[in-house]
Amino acid sequence: MEGKRIIEEEEFQELLESLTTKIIKANRDVNRVILIGIKRRGAPLAKRVALQMRDRGKDVLVGSIDINLYRDDLTTIDKKPMVYGTDIPFDINDEVVILIDDVLYTGRTLRAALTEFADLGRPKKIEYACLIDRGHRELPVCANFIGKILETKQKEIVEVRVKELDGEDYVMIVPHKHGKNN
Amino acid sequence: MKILIKNGRVIDPYNKIDKVAEIVIEDGKIKSVTSHQSPVTSKEIIDAKGCIVTPGLIDMHTHLREPGREDKETILTGSRAALHGGFTTICCMPNTEPPIDNIGIVKFIFESPKECEVLPIGAITKGRKGEQLSEIGDIVTAGCVAISDDGDPVESAEIMRYALEYSKMFNIPVISHSEDKSLSSNGVINEGIMSLKLGMKGIPRIAEEIMVARDIQLAEYLDARVHIAHISTKGSVELVRNAKKRGVKVTAEATPHHFSLTEDSLDSFDTNYKVNPPLRTKEDVKAIKQGLKDNTISVIASDHAPHAYFEKELEFTNAPFGMTGLETAISLSIKELIESKILSWNQLIEKFTVCPKNILGIKAGTLTKGAEANITIIDPNKEWKFKKTFSKSSNSPFLGKKLKGKVIYTIFKGTVHKWED
Amino acid sequence: MAKITELKNKDLLGMKELSREEIELICETAETLKEILERPIKTVPYLRGKTACFLFFEPSTRTLNSFSLAAKRLSCDIVSVSASSSSALKGETLLDTAKNIEAMKTNFVVVRHSVPGSAHLLARQLSSSVINAGDGTHEHPTQALLDILTIKEHFGDLERLKILIVGDIEHSRVARSNIWAMTKLGAEVSLCGPPTLIPYSIAQIGVKVYYDLKEAVKDKDIIYILRLQKERQEKGLFPSIREYINLYCITPEVLKYAKPDARIMHPGPVNRGIELTPEIADSSKSLILGQVLNGVAIRMAIFYLLK
Repeated sequence: MEGKRIIEEEEFQELLESLTTKIIKANRDVNRVILIGIKRRGAPLAKRVALQMRDRGKDVLVGSIDINLYRDDLTTIDKKPMVYGTDIPFDINDEVVILIDDVLYTGRTLRAALTEFADLGRPKKIEYACLIDRGHRELPVCANFIGKILETKQKEIVEVRVKELDGEDYVMIVPHKHGKNN
Repeated sequence: MKILIKNGRVIDPYNKIDKVAEIVIEDGKIKSVTSHQSPVTSKEIIDAKGCIVTPGLIDMHTHLREPGREDKETILTGSRAALHGGFTTICCMPNTEPPIDNIGIVKFIFESPKECEVLPIGAITKGRKGEQLSEIGDIVTAGCVAISDDGDPVESAEIMRYALEYSKMFNIPVISHSEDKSLSSNGVINEGIMSLKLGMKGIPRIAEEIMVARDIQLAEYLDARVHIAHISTKGSVELVRNAKKRGVKVTAEATPHHFSLTEDSLDSFDTNYKVNPPLRTKEDVKAIKQGLKDNTISVIASDHAPHAYFEKELEFTNAPFGMTGLETAISLSIKELIESKILSWNQLIEKFTVCPKNILGIKAGTLTKGAEANITIIDPNKEWKFKKTFSKSSNSPFLGKKLKGKVIYTIFKGTVHKWED
Repeated sequence: MAKITELKNKDLLGMKELSREEIELICETAETLKEILERPIKTVPYLRGKTACFLFFEPSTRTLNSFSLAAKRLSCDIVSVSASSSSALKGETLLDTAKNIEAMKTNFVVVRHSVPGSAHLLARQLSSSVINAGDGTHEHPTQALLDILTIKEHFGDLERLKILIVGDIEHSRVARSNIWAMTKLGAEVSLCGPPTLIPYSIAQIGVKVYYDLKEAVKDKDIIYILRLQKERQEKGLFPSIREYINLYCITPEVLKYAKPDARIMHPGPVNRGIELTPEIADSSKSLILGQVLNGVAIRMAIFYLLK
């Protein structure tokens, strides 16, 4: 796919580290946080942030959710997404949950994740962290923790690639919508 | 009023004619068939160059549904479909409602409006119930050319014996719908790999063969004439072949669908392929073609069986058996028998003219001087799409399909019907 | 191999029509969706505003319940028409009934009917996705799929597994669907039952047939037992239930001839004491209850994957 790589591995690591730092700082008074990665690429990111938090002595549980069954745009996309499943093998009631995703764009994925959470239990608080905030929101939502804000055009696609799924860490911008969805 | 047909290859097996010739029709009768150019000044001249010109074809097995189910077909619409398919004489089976088992119905059929010759086949038994013989003498005197309980077999061997024995004095054939109902019961397609795949109750080949064997044995024992309708299995063909060798007075017919199609067509549950006897296998098709070639099977008959679309749209087992066939018989025969060199043109035309003529003992099927001017002109190379049917029903799997070889003119008693695409 | 993410057709009519990849996709999707059944709120909004119509012309409680639970788990609305409440009795044809229902803007039509090909008939005429919930003795694809899922959970995959199907094969849509599905996935399927209950042309599909049960169970990983419909006896296909039990009932004695870790499956409802003894149905060898749970997951996967 033709795209311009704008964040390489080194900066990628720095952004993740900074996310970790921001999350720890904001949750200084909380004993334990739960990190939930939004599938697909939020899931490995959540795992990495969890490792970094544990290294710094913070108690953390990590899981993932698949929001495909809660999306509101399934009728407008031509290929049916594979469902990957939600994996939260612990109780989330009265816990502090931080949702982690790679890119915040329209806000619809976040909306779906919040709806799904309402069905899974009742955490004490839900926060949201993303590696990239690229703007163009279509819903009134915003992130608690942001790795980096990118100025983009509406038509462009921001693709985050992660070692676990793609072999290397980087971020690129694809000029037109001919790539696949995040 | 004179009509001249010129430049066509005239095939009249009865008169042993197969040559390019000119036919002159005068006052609705055949005046002459000659190789040289006629000096006549005809009003109408038909140029049949590249075409086969034959006596009007005979179909000895059709279902016209009148009286009883005029919504499916009438004698008038059925006879129109027949003309469209090149037939000028058709025999209608007695499974009407009421059935053709008495002189009143026979007269009704003769008096009904029609566009070609329609000769009724009477029922063997009253009400086609297989119990008591119909008044065979009466209905034959009134014009029936054969008897049959077609659609159903005569289950009792004893009744069949009486039918064969009794009809000897009228010199008419008894037409056997050969099906052992205790074996075919509730079956809807051939018993074999398709019935296994589709989970449908099969009709085993032996359901036909056992009855063919029975009726051959009866005919042999009684020295009577039996005609096996719509033969569909390899085993039946062999039974008839062996019986003929022994001198049994048995004849047989095959339908175009039984030598064109196999059970594989049923894959999509299309009820237009649901026929009785059912479409069988490649082996059976091969055996039927061989039987046609060696004259074990001397007749091709359509078994034209019109049904309303709403009946054919039912669940498979609830839909009726049968497909229309008058208008596709010649095209399918050309494709399956002429193009693959199973039959010569002369042999094919025999099976549509002189053979059924001889079995039924009727006048039709020749170009003899003075005969009714019933003539069919076939363009063997014309490619066409079967778009419009003259039948009242459209339950043909060939509707909408491309076919090769077409009847372009049918002349009935001197009246010329020209068929457009 | 590029993995597929969609089914080829708009309908699910039979296992004959599905490719191996499609079967794998359905099973994987079902495996994923099973998690929803463990949640405190066992419903996701995926099919919110969509409608499934259940057209059941044959009595069924488990299949109907399983389909309706699956639809509800995905927030799909349900309309149900059973033979007794339908217009079938008033002479309306199947097609009329279905078209009338579709005029109410349904998205799925789940049909069970005693005539083979009924689902195909509807699929050709309706724009809804038609799901075959059993058509006569033809196919019962969701049963085969849930069986496959159960086997995969227990054995990993079906490649080279030896599976014996015992009982009335001739009149079984479950047997037919499973034969196509299991062989597509590489299992070695063989059959056992009295010759009158084995289809005439079975040799043509290359499946081994046994008449002797003790010989048949040898070396098999799975013994799949079919329900015996008692009316077959009345039709003269075998002399008596008693003799059937003597010859074909799966008992602890018979299982002595099988592999020690062989597993028992049955599509339900079980005739205890006829096709298998109660202690076997309830033993640890039995996968029967797992089949039932997987039924809901498989049907959810079908609703998810069809358009």
